[in-house]
Amino acid sequence: MSMDYYREYILDHYRNPRNYGTLERPDVHSEDANPLCGDQLSMDLVLEGDRVTAVRFQGRGCAISQAAASMLSEMIEGKCIEEVVQLGKDDVLDELGIPISPARTKCAFLSLRVLHRGLALAGLEKPQDEDEEE
Amino acid sequence: MITPDHITATEPDIQQQRRSAEDVRKDFPILSRQVHGKPLVYLDSTASSQKPASVIEAMTHYYQHYNANVHRGVYELSEEATAGVERARVKVARFIHARRSKQIIFTRNTSESINLVAYTWGQANIHAGDLLVLTEMEHHSNLVPWQLLAQRTGARLEFVPVSDDGLLRLDIYEQLLQQQPKLVAFTHMSNALGTINPAQEMIAQAHAVGAITLVDAAQSVPHLPVDVQALDADFLCFSGHKMLGPTGIGVLYGKRALLEAMPPFMGGGDMIRTVKLRESTWNDLPWKFEAGTPAIAEAIGLGKAVEYLQALGMDNVLQHEREITAYALAQLQAIPGLTIYGPMAINQRGGVISFTLSDIHPHDLASILDQEVGVAIRAGHHCAQPLMDRYGLSATARASFYVYTIKEDIDTLVQGLHKAQQIFSL
Repeated sequence: MSMDYYREYILDHYRNPRNYGTLERPDVHSEDANPLCGDQLSMDLVLEGDRVTAVRFQGRGCAISQAAASMLSEMIEGKCIEEVVQLGKDDVLDELGIPISPARTKCAFLSLRVLHRGLALAGLEKPQDEDEEE
Repeated sequence: MITPDHITATEPDIQQQRRSAEDVRKDFPILSRQVHGKPLVYLDSTASSQKPASVIEAMTHYYQHYNANVHRGVYELSEEATAGVERARVKVARFIHARRSKQIIFTRNTSESINLVAYTWGQANIHAGDLLVLTEMEHHSNLVPWQLLAQRTGARLEFVPVSDDGLLRLDIYEQLLQQQPKLVAFTHMSNALGTINPAQEMIAQAHAVGAITLVDAAQSVPHLPVDVQALDADFLCFSGHKMLGPTGIGVLYGKRALLEAMPPFMGGGDMIRTVKLRESTWNDLPWKFEAGTPAIAEAIGLGKAVEYLQALGMDNVLQHEREITAYALAQLQAIPGLTIYGPMAINQRGGVISFTLSDIHPHDLASILDQEVGVAIRAGHHCAQPLMDRYGLSATARASFYVYTIKEDIDTLVQGLHKAQQIFSL
């Protein structure tokens, strides 16, 4: 059995991240770091009505955290905010399509955490309990 | 002037014959296990070492045959348990050449030892405006307690910078000493770079300006001969679990006069002489600083670990690690795109190699090494974030070695790094 983590599509997202960068005057903005490995990530969303019309993320980190962020950005783009608010860990795991060991969950969910924190800051959802065990 | 060879060689009591690492490995049950279907290659002893069977058995033996509280019962079991802990204290004292075993305070770990000094000696002796000198290469455990002390007292912190090749800027250290610090605290051996600092010379220089010294010896005591009297250290701290012993036990060594003058740390059972409702008097050293039931099995295990290291001979341990480190440095340097952080001279470093491989994130490297070749390394900031910042890094990969590391382990590491390069198509 070879590396589950580093399948070609994950490496592709890592090497060629989708929606990479920042947005001027975003409606939703948040950033965070993973204290374990120093990964950093920011996320910007622009809304038109209740729809996400543009999304950008920027960061540095491992292949898992960066690929997950890239995939999440694709999941968000064009969606209405009610759907984005509903996005959870299972959605990210489904998209990654690989088993994530407990030590790497923080990498996999960093972008999701940043997204929900940004939505909470923008008053689009209730702040989530981030102490929840993963 | 500081000599390039920072390690003070001590004469071993008996010239021990050096056992091969292949032979030593037989004493470590865990090394026969597999990880992801491959034999375990454990290269993270800097984080925590593995334990020989003798340590594990000594702890089990205590629980099965003489488990009881210490310093209390007048019955046989309690006396045996007390003797077990106090014998361990004597072993530790001899191991680091302390004058008396009462200078060995059992704590939970190096962090607690440093916090103990920062709270008790620090609170009694440090005042607003006083200077504490630390270094940029400190583990968080020798940084944060002093930050907290500085916040409580208004003391100032200054830091000896680290050069590009991972050595302390001793010229700047000498300048900082001109400002007459009250305390100098530094690591004997960096857990992130492997740098071995010239502790003896640094302590002598600190003493010349009247400073008290604390040595974080968490990485040096397990790997080098350490003689607290030759070093003339005022305080020296280390952990059991990094030196073949159990977790949950650490050591604070201190000069007797300092320890006697210090107020207690935590209050509770065992640390008192007499207790009245509104006041108490303190027990003698070392128990003044050991409130509550101690880690009895762990102390016994640590004593056994010390015995094991002494039987190997610390000069032999050092020699073995130098050979493995030299081999590893040569193998790793041959990998294109691999950058090593820290000194390259073998007499200025221990068996810890921090590196990065092209732009592969250290976490990805660690995952690949784990899953593809069963190699356990550390990836991250190694609890030394200021040092990572100094090198403009968020993380490095780190391989570290010990008495059971063999050249084949290094070869497997190198093989895994080549696989990582293939996966990332470099």
